[in-house]
Amino acid sequence: MTGTPDADSVETRTLEAFADTILPGARRGPDDVTVAGRSHDAGAVEAGALELLRTPATGLTAGLADLVDLLNEHAERHAREHGLDPGGDGQPPFVRLPFEHRTALVRALTSPGHPEKEFWVMLALFCNMAYDSAAHTSTPDAIAAGHPGLTAMGFAAPDADGLLRFKEYSYGRPLARLHPDTTPSGSPA
Amino acid sequence: MTTTEKTDVLVVGSGFGGAITAYHLAAGGARVTVLERGPWLATEELQHDFLLGSSYTRAFDFTVGDGMSVLGGNCVGGGSMVYFAALPRAPRFVFERRGSVGRRMWPASITRDALDPWYDRVAEALGVRTQDWSDVSYAGGLWGAACDHSGRTANPVPVAIDKDACVNCNWMMAGCRFEAKKSLMFNYLPAALAHGARIRPLHEVQRIDRLDDGGYRVHYNVIDDSDYRIVDGSGAIDAKIVVLAAGAGATPVILKRSEERLGAMPHAVGRYFSGNGERLNTAVVNEDRVRDVLGLARDDERAYEAFQIGKGPCVANWDRLDASLPEYSRYSLEQLYFPPALGTILAQVPGAPTPSWFGADKKEMLRRWKSWLIVFTMSEDDNEGVFGTPPPTGNAVRLSQQMLGRGPLTYRPTLNTQRGWDASDAEVKEILEKDGIASVAPWTNDLVGAYTVHPLASCRIGDDPHTSALDDRHELRGHPGIFVTDGSSVPGALTVNPAMTIAALAERSVPGIVEAVRARGVDVTYGAPAPDGATSGSGDVLHLAGRPSA
Repeated sequence: MTGTPDADSVETRTLEAFADTILPGARRGPDDVTVAGRSHDAGAVEAGALELLRTPATGLTAGLADLVDLLNEHAERHAREHGLDPGGDGQPPFVRLPFEHRTALVRALTSPGHPEKEFWVMLALFCNMAYDSAAHTSTPDAIAAGHPGLTAMGFAAPDADGLLRFKEYSYGRPLARLHPDTTPSGSPA
Repeated sequence: MTTTEKTDVLVVGSGFGGAITAYHLAAGGARVTVLERGPWLATEELQHDFLLGSSYTRAFDFTVGDGMSVLGGNCVGGGSMVYFAALPRAPRFVFERRGSVGRRMWPASITRDALDPWYDRVAEALGVRTQDWSDVSYAGGLWGAACDHSGRTANPVPVAIDKDACVNCNWMMAGCRFEAKKSLMFNYLPAALAHGARIRPLHEVQRIDRLDDGGYRVHYNVIDDSDYRIVDGSGAIDAKIVVLAAGAGATPVILKRSEERLGAMPHAVGRYFSGNGERLNTAVVNEDRVRDVLGLARDDERAYEAFQIGKGPCVANWDRLDASLPEYSRYSLEQLYFPPALGTILAQVPGAPTPSWFGADKKEMLRRWKSWLIVFTMSEDDNEGVFGTPPPTGNAVRLSQQMLGRGPLTYRPTLNTQRGWDASDAEVKEILEKDGIASVAPWTNDLVGAYTVHPLASCRIGDDPHTSALDDRHELRGHPGIFVTDGSSVPGALTVNPAMTIAALAERSVPGIVEAVRARGVDVTYGAPAPDGATSGSGDVLHLAGRPSA
């Protein structure tokens, strides 16, 4: 697992299942229940979603415990309403939901008009950011370490000074007719 | 008892509206103090880094509203530090727009012809130049080729970028580390400093009070330099004249908060906000079709795979900027780069059932990120935005240490706006899906509402006192000596990138402000030349731009 001291806490497991719903990953081992295994490689959890959510700069950290309680309450209600009996294996209610139901619940919580939408959108945005920009890590370090999101996206590595430069950038030839009313300043007339 | 500090002109904000007025007034002989709520970032502090707390999150503000979210600058230099330096002039028909008020929105004194001399002045100061196709990034070239393939035209957009210094890193939204982008840090701001203006970063103006002598007292908080939620102090400065240029997302908030002490605001303060009709579509390109249909190739192996390479927007389609078309159906379609996070989260998976901004399909779409192409619509919206009760401080309740906040703006797109967006979505799809070049989907508006990087019109100029907060000299109606010169003064959506127009209007406002300063007994003149290297001695003072003044 992640190696954090509270790796088995309800909070960690619930948030991992939420992050995995946003950008799914491959199971990290045979006993992995928080990651649903809907992708063949690392998703938001392995990209560092929990590390980012627990970075105080996000403004989310202090509210995570409440969000986890709320999410599990919603999950219990969702399971009841859909007649799900996911078994009592001691997992938090959201983790016990099958992937499709995790997805359906996240859709409902982030839909326009949901009274708590703002919080769930923010939680989802940071899960996304862990994967697509590794906002908990310095970008050159993340790329050097093979961060799963930036690597999968093909985000280019910087030069040794940490700055990105592209030497080749243009097809270098005219590719369309200009608008006939273009002014000498290059603007629309 | 301490004495309140005094200045002739207090400028709120150091973006285009603040920097341009500060320069001319300081050059003319006035004592000028500029209060900027964001940090002063030196070139060497500008990083290529998404880490929270890097220059990227220090310089930007993302303010979530109800139905509209606003992305804006939050640093010395304002929008010019984080924008992409695309500087087209607004098309002629824009100035004739009637909008929902049913009569001309712009003051009678302003037409394209009337504004052209002011545009010229900005072009000289910023070094705006036309690009040719050899300057254009792969993404811009691809968009141009796709437009051409469907029988349309496409134009490289005019920019203020030094092409010899540019490395096409596409990190402009974190400030330009290579000093290729000609932000205000290289012209108006150092020139203003050279003429004695003072710029104070991390000073966030909260409200304005009226003084018995006809002047104003401007109250500010000092903001912590890394956690913007923390206030480290507060103070006030007395001024004869106030120039408000805090940006269209903040200027009306300051005025509304000041209403109790300043007196009633014009009806249009905090109303008629426009998001410049902005809308985004993301395409995932079929690399084989790019090679086979459009005949494009970077090398033997790659046709495109170049979303990350370039300098923001390079090429725009202007075919719909046609004065003969009905209002609300005119728009430009501009190729654009958005970095990950801000530019990925709202993207939806082409062809997938919505919502598709998250989930397994989205992850697969991210895997093809190098083959993305973003097309940016700037259309004619209906000035639907309204600001509600101001938050306790600033223009937003800050949620994160930097960047993310919740603001009081409400925006409900009318059918006019929605039809423009729908038509542009359909046209982008038609262009890019022709012969299988790409598959396209618009960004979702369900998460944070519509999304603008060009907030406008929340405190606008006009001739009609009921629908404009400012007269055509940018003076706030009923409050002589308060001028507004930022994007909030622009009457409505421009169908193109607005920085050039905001800057031209600021230039145009200066003679009137000089007159008002003179009327209050300050010996100030108008007529300073454009602050380029030859006229302002910027070569000697450039180093000052990287350092806070005393």
